[in-house]
Amino acid sequence: MTTRMLGAPITRREDPRLLAGQGRYVDDIGAGALEVAFVRSPHAHARIVDIDVTDALDVQGLVAIYTHEDLPGRVGEPLPLLIPHPALTHGRTPCALAKDEVNHVGEPIVMVVATSRYLAEDACDRIRVSFDFDPPVVGIENARDGAQLVHDDVPGNVAAHLVQEVGDAAAAIDAAPNVVELDLDIERSASMPMEGKGVWARWDSDDRSLRVYTSTQASTSVRAAVAAKLGLEADRVEVVAPDVGGGFGVKIVHPWPEEILIPWAALTLGQPVKWTEDRREHFVSSAHERGQLHKVRAGFDDDGRLLGLDVTFWHDNGAYTPYGIIVPIITSTQLLGPYKPGAYRVEFFSLYTNTVPVTPYRGAGRPQGCFTMERTMDAIAQHLGLDRTVVRERNFIQPAEMPFDHGLTFQDGRPLIYDSGDYPASLEKLKKLVGWDEFEQYRTAARAEGRRVGIGLACYVEGTGVGPYEGGFVKVETDGGVVVATGLTTQGQGHQTAFAQVVADELGVPIDKVTVTTGDTRRFKYAVGTFASRAAVMSGNAIAVAARQVREKALRVAGEALEADPRDLEIVDGVVQVKGAPGSSVPLATVAVLSNPLRYAFDEETQRATQFASPADPDRPPVAEGDSPGLEGTGYYSPPRSTFANGMHAVIVETDPDTAEITVLRYCVVHDCGTLINPRIVEGQIHGGVAQGVGGALYERMVYDDAGQLLNASFMDFLMPYSTEVPAVETDHLETPSPLNPLGIKGAGEAGVIPGSAALASAIEDAEGFRITRMPISPSELHHLRVQHELASSAEKGLEA
Amino acid sequence: MTDIPADEPLHEVTVVVNGVPRAAAVPARRLLSDFLRHDLGLTGTHVGCEHGVCGACTVLVDGRPIRSCLQFAVMHDGAQVTTVEGCSSGDGGLGPVQQAFRDCHGLQCGFCTPGFVTTITAYLDENPQPSEDEAREAIAGNLCRCTGYQNIVASVLRAAELRGSTGEVAQ
Amino acid sequence: MKPSPFTYHRPGTTEAAVGLLTELGTDAKVLAGGQSLVPLLNMRLAAPPHLVDINQLQELNYVRATGTSPDGAGPAVVVGAAARHADVERDPAAHQALPLLRRALRHVAHPTIRNRGTTVGSIVHADPAGEMTAVLALLDGSVELRSANGSRRVGAADFFVGPLESAAEPGELAVSATFPVPPGQTGTAWLEVARRHGDYAVCGVGALVTVDADHRVVGARAAYISVDTTPVVLDLLDAVGTGPADTADWSAAGRLAASTLRPDADIHATAEYRRHLAAVLTGRALTAAALDARGRGVNHHTGETEETA
Repeated sequence: MTTRMLGAPITRREDPRLLAGQGRYVDDIGAGALEVAFVRSPHAHARIVDIDVTDALDVQGLVAIYTHEDLPGRVGEPLPLLIPHPALTHGRTPCALAKDEVNHVGEPIVMVVATSRYLAEDACDRIRVSFDFDPPVVGIENARDGAQLVHDDVPGNVAAHLVQEVGDAAAAIDAAPNVVELDLDIERSASMPMEGKGVWARWDSDDRSLRVYTSTQASTSVRAAVAAKLGLEADRVEVVAPDVGGGFGVKIVHPWPEEILIPWAALTLGQPVKWTEDRREHFVSSAHERGQLHKVRAGFDDDGRLLGLDVTFWHDNGAYTPYGIIVPIITSTQLLGPYKPGAYRVEFFSLYTNTVPVTPYRGAGRPQGCFTMERTMDAIAQHLGLDRTVVRERNFIQPAEMPFDHGLTFQDGRPLIYDSGDYPASLEKLKKLVGWDEFEQYRTAARAEGRRVGIGLACYVEGTGVGPYEGGFVKVETDGGVVVATGLTTQGQGHQTAFAQVVADELGVPIDKVTVTTGDTRRFKYAVGTFASRAAVMSGNAIAVAARQVREKALRVAGEALEADPRDLEIVDGVVQVKGAPGSSVPLATVAVLSNPLRYAFDEETQRATQFASPADPDRPPVAEGDSPGLEGTGYYSPPRSTFANGMHAVIVETDPDTAEITVLRYCVVHDCGTLINPRIVEGQIHGGVAQGVGGALYERMVYDDAGQLLNASFMDFLMPYSTEVPAVETDHLETPSPLNPLGIKGAGEAGVIPGSAALASAIEDAEGFRITRMPISPSELHHLRVQHELASSAEKGLEA
Repeated sequence: MTDIPADEPLHEVTVVVNGVPRAAAVPARRLLSDFLRHDLGLTGTHVGCEHGVCGACTVLVDGRPIRSCLQFAVMHDGAQVTTVEGCSSGDGGLGPVQQAFRDCHGLQCGFCTPGFVTTITAYLDENPQPSEDEAREAIAGNLCRCTGYQNIVASVLRAAELRGSTGEVAQ
Repeated sequence: MKPSPFTYHRPGTTEAAVGLLTELGTDAKVLAGGQSLVPLLNMRLAAPPHLVDINQLQELNYVRATGTSPDGAGPAVVVGAAARHADVERDPAAHQALPLLRRALRHVAHPTIRNRGTTVGSIVHADPAGEMTAVLALLDGSVELRSANGSRRVGAADFFVGPLESAAEPGELAVSATFPVPPGQTGTAWLEVARRHGDYAVCGVGALVTVDADHRVVGARAAYISVDTTPVVLDLLDAVGTGPADTADWSAAGRLAASTLRPDADIHATAEYRRHLAAVLTGRALTAAALDARGRGVNHHTGETEETA
């Protein structure tokens, strides 16, 4: 019997290549291409008066200089608004090169093409752009105030305003015996993959086709956009996501200006052209996320049960809204987590600022939502003097209440209905893992040594695997190899391994025979993309559907060859055999040959499928009606709505009583993402998410000054954690299979990052004894909070005296 | 703004990379990272920041790990350079550090990985049997955005084991 | 992020290097480890027309623990301009003579940077967050500058002129730095708080405590990084007093430091927090230095310092 692959923690099939330095990322491809650099706006808000390129013209190796007025037709029109929404009344997108005005530092103004990047930068240095300045709008408070406008025609800087309400939250809160109110802030961060963006394009004038390599999370959609912008038939455009050095959301946005401009330049110049984003460009021109202010009112009974919850928040969407208002929609719906909120009202304003546009970064609005809800849970516990886990337990949706309909509309436009989950069981596991009930003893012992420690927790529910669909292609080659393709892309999630595991099981072949290609429009044309923890759910199931088709056909064709009923056949280790009679068998390779009636043999094996090789029914066509040649199948998976994974994190911190340094002593994770294809890969996703969660809570922020300059646009000052900043991560898991898809999978990609700020705020609050309402938090900020609270408490004591 | 020389002079640079002498004529400002990647075609060395912080471009020069993005190729004429491509085993298979990363799922997107592999290779030459804390410290100058470092720390320890068992421990 | 073009020079001798620097004047920059300079070049925040590479000058590649320093004073560790941080950090004789060097160097970025960055280069770079600037200042060290007109030696107190600004003039090459071994029974410590391990310090303190035979405090000094435009050295003996080291009120020294220093705010910390840290770290570093002094032998300035612990 073939070993079952689904659920096996096998090592990854892509690793030997990547480890040997044989990966192929965009900048590794197409040596000799012309190279591009951009003149980007040094100002946050200005009108372009003049662009003088005279001095750049004698730079050696210069090939071309383009400004907006050089861009023909649709190339020069604003980039698409990817996800329109009725509430997004004032959506705005930039042009590929700035037209007349710039709205954030880093916006591209001039494209320079030269024989090398060095020379292209030399030319950029010599181009002079003159500006008339407008006052920049920086920060949510300034945007909300509306005194200065980012876009003249957007009153109050409001891009979108959305309200959802279930029940009468205001009335429920007013009638509640207890009320807490909180103001909660989360600052900006960014995906910050180790590889920036990059695009390589070549126009083949003989073939009249365009090949584009781009470091994207959505190659099929880039293809559609490039074809539309350049006026090409989509069939003449091939877009390939090669090895991609991390995405975390920023590469789901498309087309980035460069994804249009580089192919256009290649087409115009008739030469391959490439652009590799450098780190400084990435900081000021690729998207950020997270910045939101939240105002919470919660009414609850004396046991801590929520009766009504009213949340208003303000979302900083930066200068443009290319990805719509997905992030605040997710916050507004997913902040509910595993809880029943009673009556719920949520309202948000999505506001323009003169800063880098905001689009999803791993977690996509959930970390803010989780922070909001979990801070509220802790405030309720404190108000009533209850244990924080008890308050959570009392508000949980119970397993028997699944599926649970919140009565809201989720980010996919579908109802927010949780499919499954066992939250009480998850919490029980977490308490055990971290030693929740023993912590007070530990605290007492630590205190005796002069140490200050605290424990915190946070719970989340994550809608994963959103539609509309993904597809999969599975084909058995005549040598017995199995090629698999799916349209969505890979940025490190191990799809070449996980999807091969699905196929190996479904088809009954050794995994070594299976080769998976992702994100290559030459191999699979229909796809949505890799985001929202959806790849395993969507493509995993689509590939399973395709593999099942192939299996069915293999059994039928083999049944004819073996003169057996297909129902009596099984496939083991790549051989179709009669159950219980392994002697009577035919290899899948042969079945593949027989599936394709041939006139011409191309090797010895295929001779057996040619027209004189075996007697055939003279009255039947060689390919039956409704059938197709070849042993292959294409399947699609399109779920009615998202699946909902969940998890809970607990963390123990130590805060230095003098320096206010914050050390994470333990970080514990319990997660439930349904059936696991490869536990090793899922665990790795959790680890990476936790590191980004810790980074977002304690280290990372985008610091803008009032002029809209990003003050920390380098790895020296944007503090991504090193190994020394990330604690050891302890994990435990539940597997509550999703009833919504054949494999029972829920997504896992984003989970780890979601509760980071919430859990750490909870633990720091527990250590310090005063409320934490703003994250990230630095030692400097913690120190000032201490001083402030000491002053307040001594003033209080003074009054008492 | 600086003056662009009409003809930027080229320097013939010869470097012994992974045991093989390789030469190219490059301008003085050609970064060692670009020289390796684009002049010699050894694209295993990656560039993540070009200001010396992320460590993806780390290569060994005369056995010591350094940031190739902070060096000009012309400075290293005549040097011995080891890149990730040279960290394989004698028979061309995965070397012990590379194998350890595979065993421990020490990589996801793989972009930062070459810098870790070179750094750890040199580290284990000096400290063949690190503790877990030492392993964590050994990789503290390299950024990874995917793994949270958990499995990279495990990979350092696993590589030490593998080297021990194959007698590859340096004297 | 690619550097502007420059003309590259690789002189074969120190004399030739000095000659080139004299000839090129302000058009030239010295290229040593490159760990501070090349990021600036890559970002085009600096674009010197000429770079003079001194990495191959073997005569400047040394770390020497000597009984008599080049200026004729007592024992010292002398570091040549081509010596890497890692060479200084690993040198057993240098560590024996001046453990503070290794203690501070362990906080300079990460090992890969220290493998290439030079100690003299980081001093000439004069970054007020650079550990080795403060170590030189704390020990009353000096830098030897060579030019076509000969050599001159500049003491640390005069060498650090401003942020990223040293006393080295165009045409001068810093050929070595001298770190004197402090006299008497002296202990040292280095402490800093950085946002991440290996980052520039939010505040860093080097401490030096000298005790007499009865283990009474006879000297207490501290040097600070990241609190001013240059490294700052404070004599804290008055605050501590000359009582027994074991019962000294080191936190009084911290309070004095906090009231004296005038740090600035940046995106990582407020000025107030830096001052607070200076107080805390001063107390801790002096405590550690006093403990260290207990384990050190008396240095009579006649030979090697000995470990007695």
